[in-house]
Amino acid sequence: MSETVISPDSREEALHTGHHPDLQHHFDDMEQQKEASSLGMWVFLAQEIMFFGGLFLLYLIYRMNYYPTFSMASSSIDVKWGAINTLVLIGSSLTMAMAVHSAHLSKRKALVGFLLATLALGGVFLGIKGKEYHDKYVEHHVPGMDNFLFVPEADSSGKIPNGVTQEQAESLKNNPAFQHTALIFFTLYFLMTGTHALHMIVGIGIIIPLIVLASKGRYNSSYCTPIENFGLYWHFVDIIWIFLFPLIYLINRTPHIG
Amino acid sequence: MPEEHYINEDYGIRSWLLTKDHKRIAILYLISITFFFAIGGLMATMIRIHLLTPTGNLVSHDNYNKLFTLHGIVMVFFFLVPSIPATLGNFLMPMMLGAKDLAFPKINLASWYIFMIGGSVALYAIVAGGVDTGWTFYTPFSSVYSNTHVVTAIVGIFFAGFSSILTGLNFIVTTHRMRAPGMTWFRLPLFVWSMYATSVIMMLGTPVVAITLSLVALERVFHLGIFNPALGGDPVLFQHMFWFYSHPAVYIMILPGMGVISELVSTFSRKPVFGYKFVAFSSVAIAIFGFLVWGHHLFTAGMSIYAALLFSLVSFLVAVPSGIKTFAWTATMYKGSISYKTPMLYVFGFLGLFCIGGLTGLFVAAVGLDIHLQDTYFVVAHFHYIMVGGMVMAYLGGLHYWWPKMTGRMYPEAWAKLSALIVFVGFNLTFFPQFILGYLGMPRRYAAYPPEFQVLHVLSTAGASILAVGYALPMVYFVWSLRYGQIAGPNPWGATGLEWKTTSPPHKHNFHETPVITEDPYNYTPELEREARFV
Repeated sequence: MSETVISPDSREEALHTGHHPDLQHHFDDMEQQKEASSLGMWVFLAQEIMFFGGLFLLYLIYRMNYYPTFSMASSSIDVKWGAINTLVLIGSSLTMAMAVHSAHLSKRKALVGFLLATLALGGVFLGIKGKEYHDKYVEHHVPGMDNFLFVPEADSSGKIPNGVTQEQAESLKNNPAFQHTALIFFTLYFLMTGTHALHMIVGIGIIIPLIVLASKGRYNSSYCTPIENFGLYWHFVDIIWIFLFPLIYLINRTPHIG
Repeated sequence: MPEEHYINEDYGIRSWLLTKDHKRIAILYLISITFFFAIGGLMATMIRIHLLTPTGNLVSHDNYNKLFTLHGIVMVFFFLVPSIPATLGNFLMPMMLGAKDLAFPKINLASWYIFMIGGSVALYAIVAGGVDTGWTFYTPFSSVYSNTHVVTAIVGIFFAGFSSILTGLNFIVTTHRMRAPGMTWFRLPLFVWSMYATSVIMMLGTPVVAITLSLVALERVFHLGIFNPALGGDPVLFQHMFWFYSHPAVYIMILPGMGVISELVSTFSRKPVFGYKFVAFSSVAIAIFGFLVWGHHLFTAGMSIYAALLFSLVSFLVAVPSGIKTFAWTATMYKGSISYKTPMLYVFGFLGLFCIGGLTGLFVAAVGLDIHLQDTYFVVAHFHYIMVGGMVMAYLGGLHYWWPKMTGRMYPEAWAKLSALIVFVGFNLTFFPQFILGYLGMPRRYAAYPPEFQVLHVLSTAGASILAVGYALPMVYFVWSLRYGQIAGPNPWGATGLEWKTTSPPHKHNFHETPVITEDPYNYTPELEREARFV
């Protein structure tokens, strides 16, 4: 948000005139500027909640309407990778919190290190997500493709989950009503995790310039609003996942609810 | 005229397109939305001409569908939603708060660019062949059956929505964090309160319509079934999600107008607004209630009777804060020293038309009556009384009132009064017959009608042509006044409010020194009286 890029000379000059070099002209002081930025981020996140809220609403309503299909379709998603990704993301929240803390302490090296760790964990998350998407592609579970077909399949124990028999599974193959509702599940799966992943990608796009600036010593205890705001954003994206994980991966484990 | 002001501080197209000055961005918005208003108006004109005869001879029925759709899309998303917030709001908010600029000037400029991208995409959708779903994009027609440019139009609206989210974000943060010393919440002009309430709706409503319309577009492109009953989807769910935004959006389209009226009625009655706190909290109440009434658009779409009763009840409750405001404005005028300047004429117009629009809103909010009136011209007349009779009246009133502040020059008073009168007469002639048409059973969105309705349709079309003159006149004399208008001076109306304490037009940073506020708003003094050269 700062007024153009400030050259080292003008930063030096600004320091001599008593103004903080990162103070924009329309703010009275750094405190006002910081409070405005952080309120702006909170209001933006409120907006994000409503955005995701629309998707969650759709998911919950269709989950109620088509519970058996949702439960079976959820079984086809590998809970192992979801669980690993949850840990990865919580880990990245930790490193992000440590990054903000380091910025407050003006520890440049620690700040850069924790930001890099956050970036790396974000990358790992997206990599695993990409692997999961690829699995779905191989299994013909991608909505919008002509070969979309969902048939409950046996897991590693040789049994079809949700108490479905082999004959039932066969008949579901040609059951249009079942295929339509499965399509709705996978549409919502891709939409919700996809929108979440998109937010992760945007986050990575923002963290890279932050790392570059942090390594140049741009952030310290007197000015680190961008780091703090990015931290808010990153935690928010994590929280979304904390809701996505049980809704999408774990419902097949609660067959009696719904 | 002051020697240095925001218009002459820099020259050239670059200085405008790359500006971060909220006043210049307001002007950019003003020009853009006037353009969209003209396009939307042109379509309205064609609709009205088409309906002169029962068989409708001007355009084909398919093209008629496109006309009313595009009229709705352009007017709602590209004119009414940004109208007062993006122009007057952008120009005035920082000044009213005693700030140098909005909290995020770059985001402010970005919002204009995003708006223009959305507008260009929407224009492309029009030129490429149009859309015929109605501005409401009801599924599954929009997501499966329509053969028009639905996706393009939705992309345009998505951008416009994002732009209004950014404007709302800027206003909320600015109101919280940029107030000058001494500017407490209850010293804020009521315009700021209503812009704040509007911004809250923009922030919480727009993202929902963004995701909903995106789903329609995705469903269309990838043949998904989220809202398509043939594939297990629920089309009524779309209506719920659409109106969850679009009903609050109705308040995005009227609250700013209410804010303008509060300022105008006080200045031209020379009295503080009656019941300041009630008016202020009414804005907030309307914003809150606004999120709880969307279901009244679905009374006939299949809804539990209990839900319908609740939605009906809460819809009635909206009348309470609206009524408080209307009475407060009327009480402000009581024993006031009223001057009949053009902005005040628009206030009178607003009050009368808003009352009719609001009270007929109660008709359609009543579950039983709505069964008869749903999807008829009665509804069309009702919301045009609010949107055009309310918001556009307030917008024009506000534009006349702050024109001297924005440009440093007065508009020609006689012409302006004449055009205000023409707008009022033309508007009523256009839309009052539509109440009767709707009551008699004329459905909305039909390209042809039984011959017995012709008289009322001809009256409506005649009114529309008068209205068009009333809208064209200000465009001409406002431009004329830029060169030939009388020099206004800092405070031509002797008004209170910080925006009148700086030069007209204001200089780049609004104030030479940060103002310190020591008094309540709307405090009219004899000194102000002497400054008022044009009252």
